[in-house]
Amino acid sequence: MELTRSPRVKALLKSRYPQLVLFVLMLAGFVFAILAGFIGTPVGSHNFSIVFVWIAWWAILILVAVPFFGRGWCAVCPIPVAGDWLQRGAVLNPAPKTPKWLGLRVPAKFRNMWMQNISFTLVALFSSVILTTPVVTSVVLAAMLFLAIGLSMVFERRAFCRYLCPVGGFIGLYAQTAPIELRIKDKNVCAKCVGKPCYNGSDLGSGCPWDVFPGGLTKNTYCGLCLECLRTCPHDNIAINARPFSADLARPSAKLDEAFKAFIMLGAALIYAYVLMGSSGAAKLAAYNVFTPAWFVYAAIFLTVIFILLPGLYWLVISITPRGRGVGVREFAIASTPLIPLGLMFWVAFSLSFVLTNATYILAALSDPLGLGWNLFGTAALAWQPLLSAFIAPAQSLALVGGLAWAARTAQKTAPQAGISSAPVISYCLAVTLLMIWLLL
Amino acid sequence: MRFNFLLFLLGLAGLVMMFAPLPVQSSPPVEREFRIEASQYAYSPGEISVNPGDTVKIHLVSTDVVHGLYVDEYGVSITADPGQTATLTFVADKPGSFRLRCNVTCGAMHPFMIGKLYVGPNLWFYRSAGLAALVILSIVFWKRSNQPTITAN
Ligand code: SF4
Ligand code: SF4
Ligand code: SF4
Ligand SMILES: [Cu+2]
Repeated sequence: MELTRSPRVKALLKSRYPQLVLFVLMLAGFVFAILAGFIGTPVGSHNFSIVFVWIAWWAILILVAVPFFGRGWCAVCPIPVAGDWLQRGAVLNPAPKTPKWLGLRVPAKFRNMWMQNISFTLVALFSSVILTTPVVTSVVLAAMLFLAIGLSMVFERRAFCRYLCPVGGFIGLYAQTAPIELRIKDKNVCAKCVGKPCYNGSDLGSGCPWDVFPGGLTKNTYCGLCLECLRTCPHDNIAINARPFSADLARPSAKLDEAFKAFIMLGAALIYAYVLMGSSGAAKLAAYNVFTPAWFVYAAIFLTVIFILLPGLYWLVISITPRGRGVGVREFAIASTPLIPLGLMFWVAFSLSFVLTNATYILAALSDPLGLGWNLFGTAALAWQPLLSAFIAPAQSLALVGGLAWAARTAQKTAPQAGISSAPVISYCLAVTLLMIWLLL
Repeated sequence: MRFNFLLFLLGLAGLVMMFAPLPVQSSPPVEREFRIEASQYAYSPGEISVNPGDTVKIHLVSTDVVHGLYVDEYGVSITADPGQTATLTFVADKPGSFRLRCNVTCGAMHPFMIGKLYVGPNLWFYRSAGLAALVILSIVFWKRSNQPTITAN
């Protein structure tokens, strides 16, 4: 169903002003979060930076934005905005024909998800510190902002978003499951279109900042929903559609970098469920005390689980079955597609447990964002109180079992495309889901 | 038709799995006492088990800074100053697994200072695991019944 058919919706999306207003608001909030981390209280649960980034933003991102709007967050994300403006030398005008800065093309060997796999893993290894220490959160946020700006000067388009952003990678992976997509309406119109302004830019807007050719879009992974092509297409050939969940997964990706992203996310959810939601104090101290011997052990286990154990077991499980003899890299990547909905629901279930428990901090931090004793809205003294705790276990159970069903259905469609039976894939999904249920409930 | 009936049975089994009341606990309620040591960022022992109906008495001892202990869903809590013992008494009348959480900001990892209380068997775990197995069964059956001729590839 085409959402952009309504002229009012379309006008709203085509106009640059609504998006600009959101960008400015988001950027202000982002810069404030960075400042709050530096000048506010070092107590994480009372600092705007921690509370708004890791409780409020994270909850909205993983529970609402990604499952329902795919890369919708990227459409309003403030991180690349300053870089965009500098790169174009303008706030509203499109990118100039001749680049203002270096405008290099990203080298071919980096044009994949591996850098994002690495950047996410790095953040993940230090997450216990980042998640709890305002200054460290601010350093990470500021680093992202400046890296995005720097890469905009050196490379063309949005190199940071496309190849480096630690969150951008998994948002893109999971965006394939969202019930929304930006696609062309008619292939033939694109075939005859002279100059392809959606990719090359025109007076109406920049060429795709995410370096994809909208005419060739078949999945959501790399389209940042920036809406430029909606503005530049002279033939009104771009549509935003509502569609069934996980439509992109019917034609699975055969790329190993994306497959590994799925394993990394799955493994990280399992490890966090154990370390953060479990009762082992030793694990928490090891994760928190970075660069101590215990942390190195933790890091080694972390890396082994996400890069060797989970993918290795998967490889083993699918290749020992009768039809799995000749499983190559391509087949392995295709066969790991069901881990995308499964991993998303793991993160939903994991996030439910700490978001609802710590939601009261949001109201308190709103009144006293820096932890300096202000009371702007009279909610600063609000006592910590877990919300809806009776509802968390059933909701997690539903999310995990639902995710398993979703993964199993996906496996039935994708395993044949990898030339294997879906049985080992479903068994693997069942096993990791039982493990996650055991860790969380 | 046969398969529809099978699916119906599986659905029924799922409902039973989710909502069936647990067999009544046979052991008479007793008073259970625990001494729990709290330190950054864990309880020791980290997990305690009682039977439904038991009266739970927790002596919380802090070995470093001030810590609290809040029992999810029961909503009861205590705070222990370093070196002092605080005692919390409540009747464990809700079955299942519940997290114990520190409710006094005690350091960076405070939001993740967690323990567990099991009252009887871990209901949601067994229900969810059973449901997961059922869901897989139904999906496999559903596929078989809908595309009996498919020979993938
Ligand atoms: S990829 Fe990262 S930086 Fe870019 S828009 Fe998305 S979240 Fe923001
Ligand atoms: S500008 Fe429009 S018609 Fe031309 S290639 Fe792009 S999407 Fe197709
Ligand atoms: S220009 Fe179009 S295809 Fe490219 S990222 Fe923006 S919305 Fe997606
Ligand atoms: Cu504590």
